[in-house]
Amino acid sequence: MTSLAETPRHQPATIVSVGGERSFRRRLMEMGLVPGVLVKVTNVAPLGDPLEIEVRRGRLSIRRNDAAFVRVR
Amino acid sequence: MTDSRTSSECHETPEVQSPTPGALRVAVCGNPNTGKTTLFNALTGSRARVGNYPGVTVERRTAPMGGQSGIEVVDLPGTYSLVARSADEQIAIDVIAGLAGQPQPDILVVCVDATQLARSCYLVLQAQELGAPCLVAMTMTDEAGLAKPDPDALSRLLGCPVVAVNARKDEGVGALKTAIERRLAAGRGKSPGVLRFEPSPELAPKIDAVRQALPPEWPNTPGIGLWALASIGEDDLKHIPVELRAAVAAAAPTERDDDEMVLGRWRWLDTHLAILAEAPPDRSLTDRVDRVLLHRGAGLVVFAGVMFVLFMSLFAWSEPAIELVESGFSWMARGARAVLPEGIAQDFVTHGLIAGVGSVLKFLPQILLLFFLLGLLEDFGYLARVAYLMDRVMKAMNLNGRAFVPMLSGFACAVPAIMATRTMERQRDRTLTMLVIPLMTCSARLPVYTLIIAALLPETSLGALSTKSLMMAGMYGFSIATALFAAFVLSRAMPPLRAKRLPLVIELPPYRMPRLRDIVRMMWSRTYVFLEEAGTVILACTILLWVLLYFPRTLPPSSPAYPALIAQSRASGDAHKTLQLTRLQDQALMENSYGARLGKSFEPMIRPLGFDWRIGVGIIGSFAAREVFIATMGVIYGAGEDEISLRDRLSSRKKPDGSKAYTPLTGLSLMVFFALACQCLSTIAIVKRETGGWRWPAFLFAYMTVLAYVSSLVIYQVGSFLGA
Repeated sequence: MTSLAETPRHQPATIVSVGGERSFRRRLMEMGLVPGVLVKVTNVAPLGDPLEIEVRRGRLSIRRNDAAFVRVR
Repeated sequence: MTDSRTSSECHETPEVQSPTPGALRVAVCGNPNTGKTTLFNALTGSRARVGNYPGVTVERRTAPMGGQSGIEVVDLPGTYSLVARSADEQIAIDVIAGLAGQPQPDILVVCVDATQLARSCYLVLQAQELGAPCLVAMTMTDEAGLAKPDPDALSRLLGCPVVAVNARKDEGVGALKTAIERRLAAGRGKSPGVLRFEPSPELAPKIDAVRQALPPEWPNTPGIGLWALASIGEDDLKHIPVELRAAVAAAAPTERDDDEMVLGRWRWLDTHLAILAEAPPDRSLTDRVDRVLLHRGAGLVVFAGVMFVLFMSLFAWSEPAIELVESGFSWMARGARAVLPEGIAQDFVTHGLIAGVGSVLKFLPQILLLFFLLGLLEDFGYLARVAYLMDRVMKAMNLNGRAFVPMLSGFACAVPAIMATRTMERQRDRTLTMLVIPLMTCSARLPVYTLIIAALLPETSLGALSTKSLMMAGMYGFSIATALFAAFVLSRAMPPLRAKRLPLVIELPPYRMPRLRDIVRMMWSRTYVFLEEAGTVILACTILLWVLLYFPRTLPPSSPAYPALIAQSRASGDAHKTLQLTRLQDQALMENSYGARLGKSFEPMIRPLGFDWRIGVGIIGSFAAREVFIATMGVIYGAGEDEISLRDRLSSRKKPDGSKAYTPLTGLSLMVFFALACQCLSTIAIVKRETGGWRWPAFLFAYMTVLAYVSSLVIYQVGSFLGA
């Protein structure tokens, strides 16, 4: 089990849990990042941050240190 | 921690009048990038009234539907969820549930992106929990292609009308209006609020307990209970009654409760909506473009090119238009001078009124141009990519990528740059960016630097580079460094500006062809707001400054009898002498003005910075606009509008003991003062307008003035000590 921030590009992974402070994790979950959902890092910004991820057929960009709170398998 | 906030605090004067009494109200909400604004424009057709929500830097736009009165449409800020922790996030729930004293809307139109169906329907579920009368407008159906969900099936699932709309092509707008009217005609039944999951034995009593504490004027639905449990506690929300806060604290909501609500909604969406959208939306074109525009090498090159064009158009290409405005007004001033008899009336019209209106209108070319380019980039989808590309850089000073374009625009002029902070979503980010933009070297500082460098700094060269051009480059570097440093310090030292531990989400929308009509409409509404709200303040202040430096219009008793001398030399036909005498008279009059007296009374305070009272008067004059410093100094040195002669007078001015009055050290101190001080009434006026109050502009003025004073003091004192 690793975090979404460490997942190699284009490798599908399943969310196991979302961590962080209450409002932080709720915010991520409300965007659709909930346990059991398939995610994939599709792109990394040229300067190394943020990451573009694919979740529920949509694309979102989140920062690396935010993605570190998302545990994936 | 915010328990002291009670309903009694909700008394800020709204900047926008309450809706027309008796009018039916339609609110439009939705996720960001769902075409909400395009839909709002299509529904209303006419130009919207633009104002601010009270107390927050969030724009409030209202307009009658179809251009007729009777049905009023209000555009809510884009959001992914109604749960709120800050005042700007609270707007959506305040309007939808009618928490802020205004009645609930008669219809809530929720924009749902057909390509992101589940995520955008999350908001529909929350609205239905609150008992809001929802009507779903399904947008982006053209982009969903084969995956386009069936509106009727969606309508059956959600239990509310669904209309497919393509506002960009005006398709379905008529159907949406009909649906709204039909729903309005049916009247507004009280909805008890629908929950899509069964609360567990742990959560259910918490919801009930919180509902008991709701104020009687709030709708009492399970949705409000869930909202309060998720939102209240370590928040910055307004007008939350203490009893409700206490009830939420006693219920002690946990992460598990959050999970239950969020996962409960997602479970419903996943099981019910998955069947509607079979194929994922086609992003192949966007992906191909992104492969270039977000590329490590090519992407950054294109980015630099786009930013260069943006910068040059503000900095240089808008110049002919600005000059046109300025020459138009000087032409008008000449005309007025020819028509009006000499005297106070003539001086007021030419130097006060016409110059004041001119000082407002000269911002228009840059504002129009910036918002045109921003509109193009935003509609095309590139502005989100700028945020994506630059986030890494801006993160270092507790800002995000969206702050890049406003800060870059600050190199041209702080006024349009501050207006551009509207492209940022969070209030805290907007305020922080506004507070540091005025530190960027704007184009109005350049003529001042040029004068000081030419007059006071020695001309030597360092290899191929002259120290003077190095000095100018140094001032740019200095301004970037101070702006970044200020952002870093302010975001740590000021509690309202502290970065919250919230995830930053940037959505990269598909590339789309920009629509000129929407862009032009936005340009005009921004310009209108600027003229109406900031323009009046700028005009009033410019006139006030003119009064200060003009009156009492008497010569000091010790001065020679200039009027007689001028008449004498005019009679003898000596034009040169007449001009000289006129300048001396102007100089004497200004020296005796209230402004100059003020400058003189300041002298003990600015002397340690190396400034005398003349510079003090120049600084007072520069509040109208920094470049006015030169004109004021021209009069006070009896040089008129002749800049070369002003330069000579400055560099050759002697103290009574014969030493130079202004040394290179004075010049350096003065340049640093101009770099850091907020001597720009237009900036203050626009920050007041954008933040909806005097609190932030007052803070901006105070912190920049203290920063400027202390920096110049240190430079001059240390420099003098070292014997520079």
